Amino acid sequence: MIKVTFDTDKCKGCGLCVDACPKNCLAIADDKLNPKGYSPAFMKYQEKCIGCAFCATMCPDCIITIEK
Amino acid sequence: MAIVFEKPKSLTDAPFHYCPGCPHGIIHRLVAEAMDELGIEGKAIGVAPVGCAVMAYDYFSCDMIEAPHGRAPAVATGIKRCRPDNIVFTYQGDGDLASIGMAETVHSAARNENITVIFVNNAIYGMTGGQMAPTSLPGQVTQTSPYGRDVNHCGWPIKVSEMLATLEGPEYITRVAVNNVKNVKNAKKAIKKAFQNQIEGKGFSFVEVVSACPTNWGMTPKQALEWVESDMLPYYPIGVYKDRSEKEDAAK
Repeated sequence: MIKVTFDTDKCKGCGLCVDACPKNCLAIADDKLNPKGYSPAFMKYQEKCIGCAFCATMCPDCIITIEK
Repeated sequence: MAIVFEKPKSLTDAPFHYCPGCPHGIIHRLVAEAMDELGIEGKAIGVAPVGCAVMAYDYFSCDMIEAPHGRAPAVATGIKRCRPDNIVFTYQGDGDLASIGMAETVHSAARNENITVIFVNNAIYGMTGGQMAPTSLPGQVTQTSPYGRDVNHCGWPIKVSEMLATLEGPEYITRVAVNNVKNVKNAKKAIKKAFQNQIEGKGFSFVEVVSACPTNWGMTPKQALEWVESDMLPYYPIGVYKDRSEKEDAAK
């Protein structure tokens, strides 16, 4: 079981995590806005995640926590 | 469940003020992770620059001092000489280190001051709105070079790592990048080594991090990282430019 948590309120929606993911698990929630006014990233396909932490490595805002 | 990845303890909870996709956040995290792993958060003193990272004192949980524009290595020299047991690092951009602060940088390297310098090179002045920097590439369009940087008029971009590596003084000079996962991991190793050198008292350790500025380059964060790969890295190649202790070990 891999749990990827996003601190959604601090996300700026830059999409670097989405590009970094080798399994294309992540996406930007275009229909949502956080209090900063950005569309945040979220885990779209949990079952495909391998817990490689590439998303967290590229996240410029340190909002991703990964638990295994 | 065990935590595999989380925000390092040497960073505060304050959200970064940087633009979306700005690699400053990645570099802050790498510095903080290096401090965590070496266990030096309690005795580290950082010197913030003038530039986008001017508010770095809000983000690092170690002691921080704000230096006048470009003078971070001089301030760090003073701190390190007064408090030799503390770990002193500067975090500077290209407008700070390579422009107004060039003299301080070169002379602290020549004196082999026992400090760590993190130099973020994004080829543009970020905070003031995207003017041409000493490191802007030939032909690069900026606010003050709307037709592209003309090298006959503005000169050639300065390769700071190569230049400092010609000096006898410094211990460790390296250039890394943060445009993809592999380069970020290598950047982490270089930054950790730069701190380790200081703990061992080896001397001036300088890590140039080739970074991006999506906002002022007029690109998306993804395009900016691709531009780093296609345009910046050919002019600013990644590599270790000087590592005196390794050279001495090899000679033995």
